[in-house]
Amino acid sequence: MTARDEVLARIRTALGPDRPPPEIARDYRTTDERTVAELLAVLTDRLEDYRATVLRCAPDAVAATVAAALDAGLGAGWDPASVVTAPGLPGPWRPGGAAEDDGRPAAELAAFAATLTGVAVAIAETGTLVLDGSPLSGRRALSLLPDCLVCVVEAGQVVSGVPEALTRLDPAAPLTMVSGPSATSDIELNRVEGVHGPRTLLVVLVA
Amino acid sequence: MSHVFLGIPTAPRGVGHLRGDRPFPEAAREALRDGQLRANLGHATSTIRAKRAAVVGELPDWEQLRAAGRAIKAATMARLDEHLLELEARVTERGGTVHWARDAAEANAIVTRLVRDTGADEVVKVKSMATQEIGLNEALEAAGIHAWETDLAELIVQLGEDRPSHILVPAIHKNRAEIREIFLRTMPDVDPHLTDEPRQLAMAARAHLRERFLRAKVAISGANFAVAETGTLAVVESEGNGRMCLTLPQTLITVMGIEKLVPTWRDLEVFLQLLPRSSTGERMNPYTSLWTGVTDGDGPSEFHLVLLDNGRTATLADEVGREVLHCIRCSACLNVCPVYERTGGHAYGSVYPGPIGAVLSPQLTGVEDNASLPYASSLCGACYDVCPVAIDIPSILVHLRAEHVEAQTRLTPEAVAFKALAKAMSNSRLWRTAQKATRLGRLLARGRPILPATLPPPASQWTFSRDLPTPPKETFSEAWAREHRR
Repeated sequence: MTARDEVLARIRTALGPDRPPPEIARDYRTTDERTVAELLAVLTDRLEDYRATVLRCAPDAVAATVAAALDAGLGAGWDPASVVTAPGLPGPWRPGGAAEDDGRPAAELAAFAATLTGVAVAIAETGTLVLDGSPLSGRRALSLLPDCLVCVVEAGQVVSGVPEALTRLDPAAPLTMVSGPSATSDIELNRVEGVHGPRTLLVVLVA
Repeated sequence: MSHVFLGIPTAPRGVGHLRGDRPFPEAAREALRDGQLRANLGHATSTIRAKRAAVVGELPDWEQLRAAGRAIKAATMARLDEHLLELEARVTERGGTVHWARDAAEANAIVTRLVRDTGADEVVKVKSMATQEIGLNEALEAAGIHAWETDLAELIVQLGEDRPSHILVPAIHKNRAEIREIFLRTMPDVDPHLTDEPRQLAMAARAHLRERFLRAKVAISGANFAVAETGTLAVVESEGNGRMCLTLPQTLITVMGIEKLVPTWRDLEVFLQLLPRSSTGERMNPYTSLWTGVTDGDGPSEFHLVLLDNGRTATLADEVGREVLHCIRCSACLNVCPVYERTGGHAYGSVYPGPIGAVLSPQLTGVEDNASLPYASSLCGACYDVCPVAIDIPSILVHLRAEHVEAQTRLTPEAVAFKALAKAMSNSRLWRTAQKATRLGRLLARGRPILPATLPPPASQWTFSRDLPTPPKETFSEAWAREHRR
């Protein structure tokens, strides 16, 4: 008997023939009445609680706001060549001279100081950005290795809670949910920002 | 229904870390003498309790989420065989390979073979309870493969040649000064001016592991959830070490207990709300990674999933005890437990400490191999109140105590006493006589409300750790008869 057959046989023996699964009542909140403006305020509050920096701007001011975010993250006078963008990031959002992720070996991305990506969805209630491996979000290593991450979020991508976000995502895609900069609670259960992932998270919120 | 009758094997002896080398009361007595340990635990658990209460209180539908979490897990277990087969099919379709392991030894052998096949002599690891349970690091080491733990707390435990003492924060028993001392002693390139400021300690870990992440060929992880209908796996973490392991190496091996799955993608909407708020007391943990098989050009090109039994099916056979398989390893029950808070995790012997460990470990190993654990509780019920999937831990503790008592072949003084009590209580005349007889106890009390702890044996076995109230002058039924006498 293979291990597979044996484990399955054990499960069937353990459960017996009569095993109706219980009903699942989904009477928790799955939608929200709040307006977009309210959700943006909640998202900002949550992100700032995680010590991320949020910069709001109008759709025609994304490039300038991205530059301001990079000023905050890298210090004024940053080198555009030290910034790498997701391959599908809209041209007008990119700083002049920034590199584009061209699929080079992932470890080489560690040489960049900052990454600039879009997101698939943002969750207001938990302060979460979801990246889905699409050309706009970039592959997973891109938003991981450089020490500073700048994400551009558009108002239409913001949902209230986790249930709504999952309906917008493709389970087959490599998904990363990012809620603030890298952190740990391992020393005396106090949260400290910055371990292996990006130590600085900046969010450009376009509305 | 009992484990023994069905003949389903429990987790084998001699491999892994589910059994301590001495009973809980003995280990606990030693832990209680360690003032530093008690101070560290008291500080850490009170911090996390306050954080959890704040973020749980923020959700108006917490109880509905909790009920849904419980129901989803119960539904998963009712059709566990079917869901596992579905998971296997979806993972395979997406380019992954699924392996099945009856027990710890088989899982260790599978992982060791997979690592050897890659030619690597080292692996990076994401914190995982399953791989701790089976003693994977030791098995790899014996095969000449070094496992680098990358979670900060696991790293502290590994470098300090210590044992984990908490499900979420294995180094909870160490304070910042002790962690600094371990780093200075064991990290070859550490800055000698390292202070005990947590941020500096985190930076030292970052520097220590950075190159290892970039050069690693193989990573080993556990899984927080697996979705049967899509084949998606999830790892929930904070530091980014998980993302490093899940993204950079060419080969990823995930070891997962068979109970960790949920049937549908939608089910994650419940658990991704319950878990972070219960474990670290955050609205959401910094990073959650979800992957389905392999994705071209993004992450590992080879993915292996090892499904582990190791006593889980034996646990499933117990209609009362099977509820422990709903556990999502948040550790909220540890943080509220008055026993855990004082003894720490090492006293439990198993890698699963605290209230959940006291009901999980004895079932995975068979009650007689962890017979003292179901008694490591005051049955106060705080664990049940905070459990995000509403596992009735106190009832399972009592159930396992009964199983242990029934397994005894020799009569204990306690059993003799309770047999006599049962006889007295089943006959009103005998009972009244017995009640009168207890009044002799008033002589020992000398007017105090509690009898002295130093009764002669065998009564001292009972009074050593319990207060025995002085018998009243008059019982309730006597008082009733007197007051209502016509």
